[in-house]
Amino acid sequence: MTTLHPPAAAAPQLAPPPTRRDRRSWAGWGFLAPFVIVFALVFLAPIAYSLYLSLFRDRLIGGTTFVGLDNYTAALQDENFWASLGRVSLFLCVQVPVMLGIALLVALALDSGRLYGKSFFRISIFLPYAVPAVVATLMWGFMYGTRFGLVGDIDDAFGLSLPDPLSPGLVLASIGNIVTWEFVGYNMLIFYSALRVIPQSLYEAAEIDGAGQIRVITAIKLPAIRGALVIATIFSIIGSFQLFNEPSVLQKLAPNAITTDYTPNFYTYSLSFSGQQQNYSATVALVMGVITMVIAYVVQLRGMRKGA
Amino acid sequence: MPKHSRRLLGGIGLLTALALGATACGGSGDGGSDAKKSVSAADVQAALKKGGTLTVWAWEPTLKQVAADFEKEHPGVKVDLVNAGTGNDQYKALQNAMSAKKGVPDVAQVEYYAMGQYALTKQLTDLKGFGADKLSASFSPGPWNGVKAGGDGIYGLPMDSGPMALFYNKKVFDKYKIKVPTTWDEYLAAARTLHTADPKAYITNDTGDAGFTTSMLWQAGSRPYKVDGTKVKIDFADAGAEKYTGTWQKLLDDKLLAPVTSWSDEWYKGLGDGTIATLAIGAWMPANLASGVKNAAGDWRVAPLPQWTAGAHASAENGGSALTLPELGKNEALAYAFVEYANAGKGVATRVQGGAFPATVAQLNSPAFQNTAFPYFGGQQANKIFAESAANVADDWSYLPYQVYANSIFNDTVGKAYVSHTKLADGLKTWQDASVKYGTEQGFTVEK
Repeated sequence: MTTLHPPAAAAPQLAPPPTRRDRRSWAGWGFLAPFVIVFALVFLAPIAYSLYLSLFRDRLIGGTTFVGLDNYTAALQDENFWASLGRVSLFLCVQVPVMLGIALLVALALDSGRLYGKSFFRISIFLPYAVPAVVATLMWGFMYGTRFGLVGDIDDAFGLSLPDPLSPGLVLASIGNIVTWEFVGYNMLIFYSALRVIPQSLYEAAEIDGAGQIRVITAIKLPAIRGALVIATIFSIIGSFQLFNEPSVLQKLAPNAITTDYTPNFYTYSLSFSGQQQNYSATVALVMGVITMVIAYVVQLRGMRKGA
Repeated sequence: MPKHSRRLLGGIGLLTALALGATACGGSGDGGSDAKKSVSAADVQAALKKGGTLTVWAWEPTLKQVAADFEKEHPGVKVDLVNAGTGNDQYKALQNAMSAKKGVPDVAQVEYYAMGQYALTKQLTDLKGFGADKLSASFSPGPWNGVKAGGDGIYGLPMDSGPMALFYNKKVFDKYKIKVPTTWDEYLAAARTLHTADPKAYITNDTGDAGFTTSMLWQAGSRPYKVDGTKVKIDFADAGAEKYTGTWQKLLDDKLLAPVTSWSDEWYKGLGDGTIATLAIGAWMPANLASGVKNAAGDWRVAPLPQWTAGAHASAENGGSALTLPELGKNEALAYAFVEYANAGKGVATRVQGGAFPATVAQLNSPAFQNTAFPYFGGQQANKIFAESAANVADDWSYLPYQVYANSIFNDTVGKAYVSHTKLADGLKTWQDASVKYGTEQGFTVEK
């Protein structure tokens, strides 16, 4: 009731002159500018350009014409595109759990402290990640060879007749094997570093309570690295959808098993560089980008909800 | 905050508009002019006297010496020889330069199978106005047909050619007492005999190669592509194609073809150790054998291509390229002078010496050329067989105006016949359908 009114001098501060507010907001933009400019140039402009491209059609006869959303309708009805998407989805469902499972197992083994020569194992399992994907694929490609490769040598040495890893039925599994070999180390490192930050006191408490190793893993370690698991899963999903290096390198060795539309990325590449269909290629790339985003987002939401 | 985000959107919009504006500048139609260019011999002489710099895009190694000789003969002229990639890589670069209308070379090497697309879109100069039509008798029929690219114009001068012949490993044939096949039926029989005698040995390798298959169809008398301007007909079911698929299907069914892709390391090994016993391939092969399969020197010989009818002499081209003048290039008179020098003049002899296989009748028929003994083939005068093959090439073959794309999907379609139970004829049908689809999308009138 008896509160003093604020001093009259404060009143003008509550309603500063409009010119001053303007100046303040521009200063904010000034600080943001380095980010906004780079973000717009390297991120938004390419997407905008792809969007623009996807609205046209360039033909050998007739040149460039505006076709509106025709390319999108074509992409949604494109059997080749859906077949390639189905292929990477199958890859995702089988390869990613296997890879993350192995990575988790290795990370837990390293973290258990019962392994002799821990740093040697850590480095040697991580090493394949340091090999460029193209080199790794070439190396595996030579090993897969049934005539002069490792598979061929095993056949000769033991009088076997192993199935050809580069035949149409097996080549996806062979690619999965290469990708697993490449990325187990990388994922292992993510899990391992997440495991290292768990406070030692939790283990001591578990020990006092009489918890065994398995119980420690399920009750302490796994819940603690849930965030790392979700991140690794999202990276792997994106990686599977963007599969390109391995099939494109192996195609030279197995031209009939790996088609030019084997994965969505490979398909856009072929459309653009062999078929000169840059416009349609941009459309397929955008559709694929949206699908990848949606799936990665759903996984993130689910993973985080459980964590909360 | 809504105010801010509106500003942000405004900024994005502005940037987008800028990006779009930049695109719009580069996107306008093709600049090819329909007017026939006419350059007389006098114009060419004048250009040579005046001199200038010429940019040549080519991967053919023998052109280096030719360019040096040309510069020596015409002191004012400088030839800038650029290797912008081999085959498809160079076409990508060339297509980019043509779209951007910037950095287009004055002369470009283009393979016969790829010429149609550039000729059709008027990106290559018709050399009729330069007097190139008078040179028709100088070149053998296959390559000359190639530079016409299924149209009326002459879009380049043939540089080299690849009349087909049968290269065979004589040591393997002698060991198993197999007669060198003269017909494809005998070839099939030889394949069976060889593979039974040595299960590791195959008559040849084939994992599906568009260039090889189209050449085989060409020899068998099939004419799957009919091109008339923007009207295209594709049909892989004619009598010639049936002959080819009939025999080749048997080779596939009985697993008589080595599943080794050409130009791979396995391939060179197979050629060297006798497990790949023959190659039906273009006459440019000897240099590749001599450098890539050194350990088999003396084992290999050359024979005429097996025939579909006993006693016939049909042949086909496999590979080969021409030098062309892109429409957007400069110095046309000078460029033509160089192309003529390299492909129809003194340059041909230089290139033959460097190991190229010529497309000119004079060289093909010259005793010096025909009597050359190849130490790699045990002293055989292989050029005699190649020259005869060159003269026997039927000249009514045409490729699609978008053969580069069609070839890129060959293994997606026909390739299935090599690794599954799909029949070769069905594979060709799928290829046909996919080619029809692409042609229609690209605005051609395509008839099945």
